[in-house]
Amino acid sequence: MTSPTQQGLTSFSQPLVRLTDAGKSYGSIIALSGISLEVSAGEVTCVLGDNGAGKSTLIKIIAGLHQPSTGSYEVEGKPVNFSSPREALELGIATVYQDLAVVSLMPVWRNFFLGNEVRKGPRMDIPFMKKTCKSELLDMGIDLRDVDQPIGTLSGGERQCVAISRAVYFGAKVLILDEPTAALGVKQSGVVLRYIIQARERGLGVIFITHNPHHAYPVGDRFLLLNRGRSIGYYEKSQLTRDELTGLMAGGSELEQLSHELEGMGGEVAAVGQVLEEDVSELGIAPAEPGGRGRATKGGRGTEGGRATRGGRATSE
Amino acid sequence: MSDTLQAGPDRPALDERVGRRSTLARLFARPEMGALTGAIVIYLFFFIIAPPFRNASSFSTVLYVSSTYGLMATPIALLMIGGEFDLSAGVAVTSSALCASLFSYEFTVNVWVGVAVALVLSLTVGFLNGWIVMRTGIPSFLVTLGTFFMLQGLNLALTQTITNAVASPDISNIQGFSAAQKVFASSFTIGGVNIRSTVIYWIVFVALATWILLRTHLGNWIFSVGGSAPSARAVGVPVARVKIGLFMAVGLMAWFTGMHTLFEFNTIQSGQGVGNEFVYIIAAVVGGCLLTGGYGSAVGAAIGALIFGMVNQGIVYAGWDPDWFTFFLGAILLGAILLNTYIRRRAEAAR
Repeated sequence: MTSPTQQGLTSFSQPLVRLTDAGKSYGSIIALSGISLEVSAGEVTCVLGDNGAGKSTLIKIIAGLHQPSTGSYEVEGKPVNFSSPREALELGIATVYQDLAVVSLMPVWRNFFLGNEVRKGPRMDIPFMKKTCKSELLDMGIDLRDVDQPIGTLSGGERQCVAISRAVYFGAKVLILDEPTAALGVKQSGVVLRYIIQARERGLGVIFITHNPHHAYPVGDRFLLLNRGRSIGYYEKSQLTRDELTGLMAGGSELEQLSHELEGMGGEVAAVGQVLEEDVSELGIAPAEPGGRGRATKGGRGTEGGRATRGGRATSE
Repeated sequence: MSDTLQAGPDRPALDERVGRRSTLARLFARPEMGALTGAIVIYLFFFIIAPPFRNASSFSTVLYVSSTYGLMATPIALLMIGGEFDLSAGVAVTSSALCASLFSYEFTVNVWVGVAVALVLSLTVGFLNGWIVMRTGIPSFLVTLGTFFMLQGLNLALTQTITNAVASPDISNIQGFSAAQKVFASSFTIGGVNIRSTVIYWIVFVALATWILLRTHLGNWIFSVGGSAPSARAVGVPVARVKIGLFMAVGLMAWFTGMHTLFEFNTIQSGQGVGNEFVYIIAAVVGGCLLTGGYGSAVGAAIGALIFGMVNQGIVYAGWDPDWFTFFLGAILLGAILLNTYIRRRAEAAR
């Protein structure tokens, strides 16, 4: 596995995954268009968007379930055209789906090696598999006493982590995490976020799909924001504060409008509206048109606009 | 006891960890433990109330009856662990036997030719069941309900058309019969007790199935396709191939059981086998297989079949009216399932 890439090295190494101007249409429906994204070793690229923003379509393209209708997809600099997830997996692109991660009735070690069983003649090498599973999970900070317990008895966060460490163990270079924190509580989300950082430190590229800016900002190096199948911004961390990210995600003007509507309804609802309005102004996302704030900020920092990351990178190199 | 290690509210550090369970709790977490408990209870019951039941020779009969169902219950258990049903399994046994018998008789060829043709037929029926289920996504319950009635109709109609009777002709004079009978329907004596070869086959197949389930990657795949087919697919398990293979394993054992029936009785009633599919499913469920798939054991299904055999014969030995058989069978099924569920809950709570 490559060591965590330093900023200075990026000009030498190709990004592990690079989508350029990719789009996907199903018949006359355009699900995704004009998406550019890259992830290098030791980096976390977050993809944020509300429901229906096109996140799933994007994952499916990267994971090899779908092919992009337009644009190009390169893995380590070579154009690829996957016809199945298996092919993507062979190039080290592993996807951990939120709800498909594990088979809950099966023991942890069976889940860990499912589809990649270590064989010794016709049999499985069970002692080796149990030992490896235990030590790999320990590496990720999950200390199980008994890898024979059904994985369903683990917490949701731990289950995601088993799926992540499994992907890492089987040679993933790029991890695609499909909303790994969506169904989890605060504490468990923290556990998963910690593993994302650990995977990054091991030199993996991570594509982290989420709709929660509070989860994305602390771990992310780049942020791709999607809305209705289009990119509404692609930023490096240095170009953006957490509040700006939250504002972009929430759609400041939509929230403000909602708060006015609520206030208009009177009573307790109005109080809620009041609180919402205060939040909006606190976050600094109230004025201007949707997304405008983000661009203005970036303009102030001397880059040319919302999708300027690559340009910004070029100047820094 | 394990209680001391359970993470209580005063031990938050162990919250997400699992305490060591006692050996007893571990034992009872096995899927077949409920059935084993039930089997012991039923054995003791008939042992006490039916004196003839105590003879070794009667128990040998019990084992024989159990084995004829247990041979089929084994692949049915694997199939159910893999998340599918096969309602056509009962009549498929008869179809296979009829096919071998009629083919050998009508074409006057060595019975082994008929046996081979029947094997091809049974595997094909299994393949078609699995292929239709996987191809269309229609629940196997419905697909195999369809093939069940189709096979039943074919058994009756073709036998009637070909032989003008409701049973296949006696094939005991055809070449190869005695050799085939030795293979499929023989018996031997140990210590004065007659043991049927099907009992040995049954034990071998259960051991083989258990080994596959617990020790090979194929077993891992069977559990996974039943537990969550999409998850299995996502990590590269060939879900369709595994499930079709399981349906074909049912076909294989239907052939084997059919051959036993044929060479045991020389002739086959075209209407028999109907209803046996439920016995196989009952044996598997009593043995701890979940109806939803992903959990169960071949040994459990064997114990389920043994319970069936004990009740079947025990009622006769106890001198009761055999008409009561299905009533007791149903009651025992219900009782075993309740016991099973209770034990599993206890075991899971003890985690």
